Amino acid sequence: MTGSTIIFYLLAALTLVSAVMAVTTRQIFRAAIYLLFSLIGIAGIYFWLQYEFIAAAQIVVYVGGIVVLIIFSIFLTQQAGDLLPKQKIGRQLFSALAAFCGLALVILQISQHEFIKTDNPSIEPSVNNIGKQMLDVNKNGYALPFEVVSMLLLAALIGCIVIALKSKPETI
Amino acid sequence: MIDPGLYHILFISSTLFFIGVYGFFTRRNLVTMLMSVELILNSVNLNFIAFNKYLWPDRLDGLFFTIFIIAIAAAEAAVAIAIIINLYRSHRSIDVENAEELKF
Repeated sequence: MTGSTIIFYLLAALTLVSAVMAVTTRQIFRAAIYLLFSLIGIAGIYFWLQYEFIAAAQIVVYVGGIVVLIIFSIFLTQQAGDLLPKQKIGRQLFSALAAFCGLALVILQISQHEFIKTDNPSIEPSVNNIGKQMLDVNKNGYALPFEVVSMLLLAALIGCIVIALKSKPETI
Repeated sequence: MIDPGLYHILFISSTLFFIGVYGFFTRRNLVTMLMSVELILNSVNLNFIAFNKYLWPDRLDGLFFTIFIIAIAAAEAAVAIAIIINLYRSHRSIDVENAEELKF
């Protein structure tokens, strides 16, 4: 029982409790804030695993980008102080049952499976190694997916502008 | 409490995945459904990182998959929110029960 273990359990509790609150609370703005804390908890788990680059990317993209975007869309589409409508109890019950059965199945499979670790010497996940492998055009390099993702981001950017553009009623 | 390892992180990520699935089933508001999808994507990222850290520390492939999933999730969220705002303009509501017809 060391400090590292305690920190791990605290981060896990933060992530899971705020995720549960994010999907069950009836105030949509609070749901967005709970989602924010859940994403910060996941970034903390990445820090705990010593993958600092991924943790930084998680904070920049999710916490700084996606949650802010979600909060803006809540402001644009929701009346202030409105509660989300109550769901039917049957739907909630069956969803919880389905999710619980799936979770039990997955946990059972994981606990029965024996994972085999490789014996090769480990690589430091530093920014230097990540950058070298990402822009490598040889075997095990990720230059092509990198370029494809950049094209995808450009297409998504243009697509967002075209979709959200205000169209005049007569030009359909 | 035992020292956390691969199984603990897999437990967290599968729990997070099914919390997201529960939210996706119960919510009827498009923005909250998008939040559930983000939870599901994050659980997958956590899985990739855990396998990379504990089973194949000699490679960085799980880390690259996580980076690309984060980029694609950002693009997906941006397009989804553009669609939601456009839907709100034509229907004055972002409830999925009110968005039944596609022609608009």
